[in-house]
Parts: sequence; C-alpha cells; structure tokens
Amino acid sequence: MKKTKLIAAIAGVGLLALSAVFVAADHIDAPAVAGTTTDIADLYAFEGDNPNNTVLIATLQGSLVPGTITENASFDEDVMVEFNIDNTGDFIEDLVIQAVKRGDSMYFFGPAQPAQTGLSSEVATFAERTAVKISTTDDFQTATNNGMSFFAGPRRDPFYFDFNRFNEVVSGAAAPEGFLPPGEATDFFQDLNVLAIAVELPNSMLGTAPTHVGEAVGLSNLPPAYNVWVSAKRKQ
Amino acid sequence: MNLYRIKFLVIAILASVMFVQCDDDENGNVIVQETCDDGIQNGDEVGIDCGGSNCEPCVGALDFSGTFVQEDIMGRPGVNTVFSGNDNVKNMFNVSLVNDRASFQPTFEMTLEDYHDVYGDALMTTIDYETNILGLDAPTFTTVLAQFDALQVAPDGQTTYFDPTTGAVLTGRTLSDDVIDISLTLMFGGTTGTRFDGNNGTPQLTSDGVDSGDRDFSLPFPYLENPIQE
Repeated sequence: MKKTKLIAAIAGVGLLALSAVFVAADHIDAPAVAGTTTDIADLYAFEGDNPNNTVLIATLQGSLVPGTITENASFDEDVMVEFNIDNTGDFIEDLVIQAVKRGDSMYFFGPAQPAQTGLSSEVATFAERTAVKISTTDDFQTATNNGMSFFAGPRRDPFYFDFNRFNEVVSGAAAPEGFLPPGEATDFFQDLNVLAIAVELPNSMLGTAPTHVGEAVGLSNLPPAYNVWVSAKRKQ
Repeated sequence: MNLYRIKFLVIAILASVMFVQCDDDENGNVIVQETCDDGIQNGDEVGIDCGGSNCEPCVGALDFSGTFVQEDIMGRPGVNTVFSGNDNVKNMFNVSLVNDRASFQPTFEMTLEDYHDVYGDALMTTIDYETNILGLDAPTFTTVLAQFDALQVAPDGQTTYFDPTTGAVLTGRTLSDDVIDISLTLMFGGTTGTRFDGNNGTPQLTSDGVDSGDRDFSLPFPYLENPIQE
C-alpha cells in the first residue's frame, strides 16, 4: 500500500483528476520518503517455478505512468536496496542480498552475512557478486549466477487496490457504505508501472528456517518460515 | 619508420583485433563474437573480460564504499500506511528496526479502533474491533503487526499470504495474493471473517471490490509483466 510517485501520477493524469490524486497520494506514504528514490512500494516473497527456490521482489518508486515517466525513471547510485533474511527468529538480519546501481547495471551482492546489522550498512563487497544490465521499457535483461537469477528494471505494477476509495473509507467520507462493489470499484494501479528488483535463489542458500513467529501468538500448524523484509538505504 | 611501414603496422594491429573479436559463421558472414568470458583482456576491454563497449564494467574499478543509512523499510503490505495513523509516526516507522518496534503497538491499536469508530459514528452505535478469524484480539493483532513486521516465508510447501482454498496462511506473499482483502478481513471481519462484508445492511469493509483484473501472473522469472506502454 506504500505507493505513489506524486510527480509521476500528476504528470500523467488529466488536470481534472489531478487534485484528487494528489490528496490521495499525499496520504499513502510517509512524507519523508514519498516520491524519492528510496521509496519502497511493495515486497513479494514466494516459491519459484523451481520449488527449491525462493523469489524475492521489491518494487520501488511507484507509481509510474506509462510513457516518458516510466522511460525516464531510474535507480539511484546512492541507494542500496537490501533484502533481509532472518533465519533464527530474532528479527535481526542474518543474511542480506544487496542491490546497488553502477552505470547501466545493477550489482547484486550476497546472500551473505552482513558486516553489521541495523540501520547502517556497507556494501558486502566480500560476497558473491552478480551484475545484470538494467532493463528498459524495450530491452529485457536477466542474469544468472550460481543457481541464482537477477533482474532490475521497469515492470507493470502487480499491486491492485481501490486506493482512492480506501482513503474515503478510513476518513469517513465513504461511511457508512464502505467499499464499492465489484464493477464500481476502481483499481488505482491497473495501468501503472513501477521499478522492480527481483532475485530468485535456492533455499539452500538461506539456511534452515526457524519456528514460525505465529506460534508465539498461539497460531498453530504453521511451517518453519524465514522472516523477510526489504530496506532502502541512502549513501551518506 | 616510413609511412608505408606505419600503415602496414596499423593494418596488422587492426587485423589482429578483428581476428580476436570476430569469427565467421557457417554462412560466411562476419559476426561479432562476445569475448567477455574468454579470460583475457582483448578488444577494447578495460580489464580482463570487463569494461569497453561490449562487456560489463570492471567491478574493481567501481566504487562501492561508504555507509548507507535506512530511509524506508517494508515487511508486510500496508502496515505503516494503514496503522501508523499520522505522518510523524510513518516517518519514524521507516527509520526503525524490525526488532525494536514495541513502542508502535499502542498507536497501531488506537488506529485500528479509530477506523471502527468512523463507522460507529456513522451508524450512531458503538463499534469496536472484534477478535479476528486468526483468533487474535486487538492487543495481540497489533503486536503481531508492529513487532513482527516481516513476511514469513516458508521454504517448504505453499507460499501465500492467505489462500482460502487451502487454508495456508502467512507463508509468503505471491503476486496474485489479494493482500488488501486479506488485511481488511483481519481488521474488520471479526471472528467469522464476515462481520462487515456489506451484507445485512453492514458496511462493506472486508473487500475493496477489485481483483487482479487482466494481470498475468503465469510468467517465468522475474514473474512480472512488461511495463505498460503508452
């Protein structure tokens, strides 16, 4: 739900809709990061086509209107996007996969135990390293290395949500009806793009999964599970 | 060295470069052969198999130094956006550590109750959060959201945020998972999941009414569709 690149949305949307989008977008993300190159839109983590693999996808800088806005969107060389994997259950990263742009390529490092955990990081240059040329709207590129696959570039936003109605629902403007029925509801992200970073890697590189955290609050029959999050960090 | 010899030398050098970089295919056409993995510095490479017009930049020459500091972070979908309540809390959440978020739980619980109050006020009654289909009361639910904000990802078995057909829950997040409806159901669905589902005169708070539409989630890596063109 952390979405929106205000400038992009505003530039691509008709003048009549402009104010509505602006209000909605203003409320969807934290103001300090909204519209910047560290703005994370979404995180996905799922089993790959190869069931022994896990896929990690982060989307950033959403939402990008098709056309010039999407074509001009770019990753930032001062930003590290970091997938964090906790495989002990303490919610401290045991492994990281870092992505840093240099030139026309995205450089991936890891998975590796980071030199330091927490809010500050250095690039794990000691770790396994793979470069993939950053895809463009008409040049699709992936790279593989050591059983892993890598991608970076613009993609259609997979996220779907009647975001404008959500704002009305929580503000009370849509009370007491609430959300709209199918057919009347509108997917705000239907025709928007986003910058994506994707990694697929063998589960054997992630260590043994810990007890599912849900067990701690009384949920039962949950399989062992890693805890995974993504962070965006800016060079100081 | 006379002019003739210089010309000859230049031609010889060019020929040697061409010899390394090019090859004949079976049709006799000259084709450019990638040399970025032959273990020697050739063509216009800056280092061994790197740099120049055809190869990846030389990593050794790239500067990855410096300290990078967190500006944004995300685990489960929508947690910060939905539960932090105001801009200041949202900003603080983004620069906090996953394992140091106990202080956010009271705010999350208050926000959850505020959302219910909106409809209580509109319907001129009292509406409070009701223990959800996972059996989590308000303090426990908001503790899970605040203090364990990561995607749980199972290496073995189905990975899904919630799959109503299999009952699997909190084992990942696929591209197709309707995380909005799942989250709304956990927030407003009560013990049955259908407390405010728009039926019997109730507000519709458990589904936003949209699905994935014409998106294609059956693609190979990176599993995402090409960008929408203008």
